[in-house]
Amino acid sequence: METLKQKSLNKKNKKLVLKLMGLVLGSIIFAFSLVPLYNLICNVTGLNGKTNSVADQTSLKIDASRWIKVEFTSTVMPGLGWNFYPNQSSVKVHPGEIMVVTFTAKNITNEVVAGQAIPSLSPGQASPYFKKIECFCFQRQELKAGETKTFPMRFYVSTDVPQDIKTVTLSYAFYNTVK
Amino acid sequence: MSTKAAIHHDEHHDHPKGMKHWFTTTNHKDIGTMYLIFSLIMFFVGGIMILGVRAELFQPGLQLMKPEFYNQLIGSHALIMIFAALMPAATGFANWMIPLQIGAPDMALPRINNWGFWLLPVAATLLILPFILALFGVGDGGAATGWTLYAPLSVQGGMGVDFAIFAIHILGVSSVLGSINVIVTIFNMRAPGMTLMKMPLFAWGWLITAFLLVATIPVLAGAVTMLLTDRHFGTHFFDAAGGGDPILFQHLFWFFGHPEVYILLLPVWGFMPQILQTFSRKPIFGYKAQVFSLIAIGILSLVVWAHHFLTAGMPVPALLYFMYSTMSISLPLAVLFFCWIANIWKGALTFETPMLFAIGWIILFGIGGLTGLVLADVAADAQYHHSYFVVAHFHYTLFVGGIMGIMAGVYYWLPKMTGHMYNEKLGKLHFWLTAISFNLTFLPQFFVGLAGMPRRIPDYALQFAEFNAISSVGAFILGLSQLLFLYNIIACARGGKKATDKVWEGAEGLEWTLSSPPPYHSFSKQPTIK
Ligand code: HEM
Ligand SMILES: [Cu+2]
Repeated sequence: METLKQKSLNKKNKKLVLKLMGLVLGSIIFAFSLVPLYNLICNVTGLNGKTNSVADQTSLKIDASRWIKVEFTSTVMPGLGWNFYPNQSSVKVHPGEIMVVTFTAKNITNEVVAGQAIPSLSPGQASPYFKKIECFCFQRQELKAGETKTFPMRFYVSTDVPQDIKTVTLSYAFYNTVK
Repeated sequence: MSTKAAIHHDEHHDHPKGMKHWFTTTNHKDIGTMYLIFSLIMFFVGGIMILGVRAELFQPGLQLMKPEFYNQLIGSHALIMIFAALMPAATGFANWMIPLQIGAPDMALPRINNWGFWLLPVAATLLILPFILALFGVGDGGAATGWTLYAPLSVQGGMGVDFAIFAIHILGVSSVLGSINVIVTIFNMRAPGMTLMKMPLFAWGWLITAFLLVATIPVLAGAVTMLLTDRHFGTHFFDAAGGGDPILFQHLFWFFGHPEVYILLLPVWGFMPQILQTFSRKPIFGYKAQVFSLIAIGILSLVVWAHHFLTAGMPVPALLYFMYSTMSISLPLAVLFFCWIANIWKGALTFETPMLFAIGWIILFGIGGLTGLVLADVAADAQYHHSYFVVAHFHYTLFVGGIMGIMAGVYYWLPKMTGHMYNEKLGKLHFWLTAISFNLTFLPQFFVGLAGMPRRIPDYALQFAEFNAISSVGAFILGLSQLLFLYNIIACARGGKKATDKVWEGAEGLEWTLSSPPPYHSFSKQPTIK
């Protein structure tokens, strides 16, 4: 009798343990699926300030009734022996108007170094409306020892940008691509 | 936290003796005892680390250590206190008391229970080892990232980060094993007639904690695994240069991290009403309301995580959502507070040490909860975030809510576990020293935080000097007072006035129907609950 009861309890326990292990597995899968989910949400909403990474089409309309101030900042990440800075701290554009700005990078090491620039726009809500037509950030850039290069960056802010956005800040972080 | 084995060895002869016994034991009380002893040891290890930090902060400027070492100390202190002191203490009580309270002969999975425990010393070793290796010139010490291990700092950090990652993996496995054991025990091993709605609140609190652990620990394990592959195997989960995003780490970490703070507290919220009931000689107030509040808090805790990085840059609707959802947790929490207060209202109160801790706990933990509400305010948090205000907030919740709560439980159950009464005078002295020096340590931190002193920085502006000096003095008194606690526990385990079965005049519940200490096999014949 007693052992029979024990046996059925053991069976019941084992079943519950398996179910709970399933829950653990589910949580692990959930954790990893958060990665694509996060990127998807960010792409749709522009939450993390990511801007387009391939060239965009030109816009034809210009909304001359509004001004948007675009500010530029730059960072060189540790491990990259470059100087890197925007040649203008800010520009004013009309929505739809195409604008060219320039950035300068100098390799201060004595070897060839490749870097990758990562843009980020704030406020993040503006990033879906910020369109880059030409950018050094679309691919990695290589500089020879001591070489200085000036990169143009061509962009426009689309005309459907929300009314309350008047200033945006575009920041570039340059990373070393070899690890 | 007793060495009750010695007592049992005289009385029982149906189990193996000696050191080997502790490695192989599957007895829930033995394992509970090991958890509690381990927790007590790690409480002192973590405490010594932070006294180093407070010594450095006693004066502005850098006196005692390099900033890197300072950073290693604060991170290891937090990881050890949370994972190696607070969680094992709660698990120790779970092992000891849940079978006794629900009338079960043992935990459901005794073998797994043993493994779950022995993983802990391994993980603790991994956390401490980098410090020791650094003494011999190997590596650069522990993780210098704070306990939150934020990328990109943790991607760039030294060997200590790898040790922390592996320690978290092992701690995670241990917690998940322990949780599964608790859930299976509660679902399948209750005495006949003990329905879920008759179950003691401690078991309820632990049940919810166990589910939260099963749901969130794998997310933390996943996050640190991604960190590991980012560090060594060329992935780019958190590396912006490779298309990843460091903010993603914050989401993953706090998806675990916020429930974690409730994981630490739910067991305490569970047994505290029992202590209040005992020493006010009134039945538990609002049992059902408390059960539903515990469940509500457990569920809400899963959906508020981003209040830990409200300043990281989120659109306004998201900010509003996380603000209001966070604030809504204070509703069920307030229900609990009112139940606790109503429980002692007009009761026939006596103030033995567990009750002193319980009352101090209600008041001080209340301050922790209220300051949390302030932090949840998006507009205010922009100023308070990453300041000492946050440090004060979470010590009013974690040191009081967690550690002082556990201390109330230790004094409450120690006579049951050891069979001896502890020294009441010393216990009371311990309470008053702890409560006063705790406030001396952390109250000033609210003010320096409001005035703009950032956390996790080894140096500070001159204007903060007085308050930091007070805080450091308080911390050393607080640390030294805990030696009384240690002494009292050891003395109580070794001898003292014999405890009765019921121990406390007003005690209610199945554990008090057994002898003190309880027999090696708790309920060989299950009681029936009417
Ligand atoms: C109504 C209750 C609570 C609210 C509204 C609340 C809210 C918050 C908020 C908004 C923060 C982030 C502050 C910042 O970093 O700027 C915070 C931090 C924190 N809270 Fe609470 N909290 C509450 C209760 C608790 C409880 C009960 C615990 C612990 C058991 C806790 C532990 C913590 C910890 C550990 C941190 C800091 C983590 C870190 O950055 O290292 N809180 N709380
Ligand atoms: Cu939180």
